[in-house]
Amino acid sequence: MLKKLFMLIVAGFFLASCAATKTEEGGNVDATSTSASSSSGVEITAGTQEDLIVNVGDRVFFEFDSSELTVDAQATLDAQAAWLMQYPDSNITVEGHADERGTREYNLALGDKRAFSVYSYLAQAGIDTNRMEYVSWGKERPEVIGSDETAYSQNRRGVTIVSN
Amino acid sequence: MIKKILLILFFSLNANAALEVTIAQGKVEPTPIAITQIFGADSDTARYGNTLRQIINNNLTNSGLFYTVNEDLYIQSDNLVEKVPRFEDWKLIKAQFLLSADVSKTDKGIRLRMRLYDVFNAKEIEKLQLTIPDENLIRRVGHTVSDIVYERITGETGYFDTRIVYVSEIGPLDQRVKRLAIMDQDGHLDSHQFLTDGKNLVLTPRFAPNNQIVTYMEYKNNLPRVYIYNLKTGEREIVGDFPGMTFAPRFSPDSQSVVMSFSDPNNAANSEIYLMDLNTRSRSRLTNDSGIDTSPSFSPNGEKIVFNSDRGGSPQLFIMDKNGDNIKRISKGRGVYGNPVWSPRGDLIAFTKLTQGNFHIGVMDTNGNNERVIVRDFSLESPAWSPNGRYLIFHRQKRSNLDGTGGEVSIHFIDITGYNERVIPTPLDGSDPAWSPLL
Repeated sequence: MLKKLFMLIVAGFFLASCAATKTEEGGNVDATSTSASSSSGVEITAGTQEDLIVNVGDRVFFEFDSSELTVDAQATLDAQAAWLMQYPDSNITVEGHADERGTREYNLALGDKRAFSVYSYLAQAGIDTNRMEYVSWGKERPEVIGSDETAYSQNRRGVTIVSN
Repeated sequence: MIKKILLILFFSLNANAALEVTIAQGKVEPTPIAITQIFGADSDTARYGNTLRQIINNNLTNSGLFYTVNEDLYIQSDNLVEKVPRFEDWKLIKAQFLLSADVSKTDKGIRLRMRLYDVFNAKEIEKLQLTIPDENLIRRVGHTVSDIVYERITGETGYFDTRIVYVSEIGPLDQRVKRLAIMDQDGHLDSHQFLTDGKNLVLTPRFAPNNQIVTYMEYKNNLPRVYIYNLKTGEREIVGDFPGMTFAPRFSPDSQSVVMSFSDPNNAANSEIYLMDLNTRSRSRLTNDSGIDTSPSFSPNGEKIVFNSDRGGSPQLFIMDKNGDNIKRISKGRGVYGNPVWSPRGDLIAFTKLTQGNFHIGVMDTNGNNERVIVRDFSLESPAWSPNGRYLIFHRQKRSNLDGTGGEVSIHFIDITGYNERVIPTPLDGSDPAWSPLL
């Protein structure tokens, strides 16, 4: 229960910050602009990983032992799809990850299902599969080091990486 | 090759019936053995003798089935290779068995002579003489002699002349550098070798049961795929070379096929179990279910496969025929199961189980009955059997902390009775151990 609550808070916070940034930047991001400034004032090149992270959100989170996309995750992916439409030259690799509370092999399988969930959602949203790859990293590449739910909830993730 | 050399040079003259120390479930009382100095006439042979004695002593003691009687108590200090021991003297210090040996130089190499005595029955029970052509083989010879003693006294197959392949780990936990490495079963540093350079992530190596080939998973060009590594030639070859991840490989008992998971993009990247014939490279699909199917492990007779699946909701253990028919769930307890590994004796399946916040490594009968936990901790994984089916090796990882500390992972050895756990030393952190067959 606590776990779920925490996840909602994390995801909620994340979306909120993205939404705020988007509103702020909405006007000056388009396919032809080569750069846009983030809220922190640092120059960000449009269509890059940095742009995706700051202005859209590069990741979605999963429940324990699940590869289903939550409502929050779907909202993030809708925004990613719109962003990808805007930058047709940006290709991506979706990485699927798991927390450390499972066997290495099971988590590789789970990570692949998670990556594929994101990949196929984006495909259904109209992104050409030629622009997308996906890969599972199982529990091998945690985002947050730590043996507690705080770390685990952030490690159960699908991350969209702009590959060029 | 080495094996052949040893076989040719090895001869054992006595043919008494095997003396079996009965090994029941539960704690085994170690058998007391005395190992005399291994005598050498000059400094080289004395050094070889010391090394051999140390190897044999460590091996037998580490097995948990023997303890060596303190040398300070020895009454007789002679070389007992040619001389009959004063059995009364050895009985007095409660040595049940007595090993004596000597080393000398000949024009063909280093000659080792060994005698094993049953003290209580006052007779010689094993005798061998062999010539070691090369000093570099001393460790192997030490292991071979240990196997002979172990087999003669326990009646079980030995396991000392074997190697362990594993994943050596270093670096921050979120960017771990992992290399395949191999070492003698005792983890002796002199035997340790890295097999890969750490450029690509490597995971889950497993030995072929009949030869010196390892199958494992590697992220070459960020594509996770199954490979085989020929330890004799150093050749590496991709096995699962098709779009989609291949992982969790294990050899069939004849070492001619690899059973593994394949996550097919045309099947929603859901992991199914496939069998790949290494000679023809044809693959056949064994499972077909919307759940994850992974971690397949053959029974030693090649008829059945145990695997891990969440088809019922949570990850559990299942058994099927080698062609994928007759799938039956065998895990019965509460918790999340994984890593099933069929014992080389055929009678047990080792597994991991996550329940109540802890990992457990245990064994169960092949129908899932008589589950018992051998070891429990925060994080345990990758059980692998000794070739004689008496011991397990696995890895144990400590909790990690937000500041990046912790997470140390090491390889452990344990008797399946749950006694005699010890660390197998590795130069860096170690995980995913797998045991070779007897060399």
